[in-house]
Amino acid sequence: MRGGRQVFAGLSFALAPGDVLVLRGPNGSGKSSLLRLLAGFLPPGAGQIAWADERVALDPAAHRARLHYVGHTDAVKGPLTARENLTFAAALSGAPASAAAAGLDGFDLMPLAEVPARYLSAGQKRRLALARLLAIPRPLWLLDEPGVGLDAANRGRLERALAEHRAGGGIAVLATHGDVAVEDALTLDLGLMEPGP
Amino acid sequence: MIAAFGAILRRDLRLGLRRGGDSLQPVLFFVLALALFPLGVGPAPEVLARIGVGVVWVLALLAVMLSLDRLYQGDAEDGSLELLAQGVLPLELVALAKCLAHWLTSGLVLVLASPLLALLMQLPAEAQGVLALALLVGTPTLTLVGGIAAALLIGARRSSVLLALLVLPLYIPILIFGVGAVEGEVMGLSGRPQLLILAAMLLAALALAPFATAAALRLALE
Repeated sequence: MRGGRQVFAGLSFALAPGDVLVLRGPNGSGKSSLLRLLAGFLPPGAGQIAWADERVALDPAAHRARLHYVGHTDAVKGPLTARENLTFAAALSGAPASAAAAGLDGFDLMPLAEVPARYLSAGQKRRLALARLLAIPRPLWLLDEPGVGLDAANRGRLERALAEHRAGGGIAVLATHGDVAVEDALTLDLGLMEPGP
Repeated sequence: MIAAFGAILRRDLRLGLRRGGDSLQPVLFFVLALALFPLGVGPAPEVLARIGVGVVWVLALLAVMLSLDRLYQGDAEDGSLELLAQGVLPLELVALAKCLAHWLTSGLVLVLASPLLALLMQLPAEAQGVLALALLVGTPTLTLVGGIAAALLIGARRSSVLLALLVLPLYIPILIFGVGAVEGEVMGLSGRPQLLILAAMLLAALALAPFATAAALRLALE
């Protein structure tokens, strides 16, 4: 339910370690809403979401501490440098400050590490948001159109990061219009879902 | 968890400083507005001393309130709120850390400036100490209570006006007891009972406001 309107109903799926689910569908078909449901930000109108057979609604805070949600906004503070932004995110999740280096490295942000983030382009900010995925290891990635604003080289870095995440037993759900290629991913097309009664 | 609390505190203080003293503007407003009173009502010491305490407190309420509407708005707009919600720190403590950062850059500065303010308003010397003490105990409550409203108004348009409508009635008890403490001391009675009531209000706000704010933040995440 979004704004009193039912977005989708009768949806059911389960993901195993190493699975990637790609959400497809036209604008407004509920891809972002589904991701926010999975992140525990939105309560489902009906039904439930479980992690390892335990209902997420029982402890949404613990659930959010095991996932990365990267939405349309990058959660990057302009006055802080790229490194400070990432160090803050790491400290927030209890990771050591040194973790920031891994994230900066993974998306080729080292040359920009000491630049205040307000001078970064939209694509560079997006890379900084995605760098959190690498800096802080977490089993569940929820990515809302992660490829927007990225050039080909950095889409490649994102695809490699996703592959490594899967190899390590991680799960990812991403909404995309096809700009990020993932091999043998499961696909859910929300455009084909019947809107409920 | 302590590291995460410290990280939020440091980040907010740093953001305030880097934005060219953004966070100090309300305090400058406070001092400037106060300086207008001797010009407006005349420099006669007895008039100023009569209205001084009340003016200082009313302006303190306004100064704290002025800076409140950005407390969560910025984080909500750029997605930092989602990031804060994914940390190991419960949202209640996130709210507390942000309130502490806000108070350090608003309330505490007012406390430090209070001797100057007392001088501007020709307050008697014995009022200075108790005024600083009353502000020290009273202003954190202003931040904590106002923080609830700021979290509720995330995403609202013209939120600063709405914030004033929501928050100012709640500030009335703090105003009454804050002024009462100083006036009691000046009249030779003790300001102690009023200070204790202010302290009680602070403790209640410390215990309850983080939960209310966290509930409002969860609503904002939906």
